[in-house]
Amino acid sequence: MTFRKYLVLAGITVFAAAGDSLLSHGMKQVGAISIHHLQSVILAVRNPFVAIGIVLLLAFFASYMNALSWADLTYVLPATSLGYVLLALVAKFALHEQVSLVRWLGIVLISGGVGFVAGGPALTAHGHDDDSKSPLLPKSGRSGAPNVHIHERAEL
Amino acid sequence: MRHVYTWNGILVVVFFSVVGDILIARAMKQVGDVHAIVQRSGVWTVVGRVLSNSSFFLGVTAMAVAFFSLLFALSWGDVSLVAPAAASLTFIGNAFAAKIFLHERVDRRRWIAAVLVAGGVALLAG
Repeated sequence: MTFRKYLVLAGITVFAAAGDSLLSHGMKQVGAISIHHLQSVILAVRNPFVAIGIVLLLAFFASYMNALSWADLTYVLPATSLGYVLLALVAKFALHEQVSLVRWLGIVLISGGVGFVAGGPALTAHGHDDDSKSPLLPKSGRSGAPNVHIHERAEL
Repeated sequence: MRHVYTWNGILVVVFFSVVGDILIARAMKQVGDVHAIVQRSGVWTVVGRVLSNSSFFLGVTAMAVAFFSLLFALSWGDVSLVAPAAASLTFIGNAFAAKIFLHERVDRRRWIAAVLVAGGVALLAG
């Protein structure tokens, strides 16, 4: 994993979070869409929040495709879920909203899940591993567990 | 009735999201490492390869369907139900589909990650 690749993963996180929240804000302003007026879904694009949200989601999509060209889908997806964590942290520290205990628990679960995936190889489907320098990899040594880990990786 | 609409909407969103993700992932694996191609032969080679890939167009179509289904589902149901339910189920669905269709090695570590992230998303967005 190079610095550039981490930047791409960071881009996925930030663009997805910002795009989704603008889109959500815009759709709240547009209001409920009736099944009898399907065309109003298209007209929702006239709302500026929806429009900017879509532009950011296009940037997300470009970063996402870039990442999928060198990493597994099951490796890239946790990066998008980090966007939820980002949104909660922005809500807490920038907007000074109350973040409940349940939401903090959600943050812990997502971060734990991302940690699990980040410790492993980025690409498995083509049988090679370009992630041997991952900084999140446990240091080898004291206990038996890291050896099992290295053995697992050697198979890949 | 509204409740049935909402859950059908969520399932439609999840189905098309998973199909879209799998097709786009397959397309980008066929295109190859974007960074390497850009360094070797420029960004237009990447654009050309992506635009001549049929999986890419099918994937984008599936994602567009998922996107508009999400807009509908969001206008019918509470965002606090629709967003986390769709995101969590898509996450689990993708782990299964990536293993079956993309032959990714979804080992124990990735299963644990999929379940943790799906649970976390459900709690956070709920």
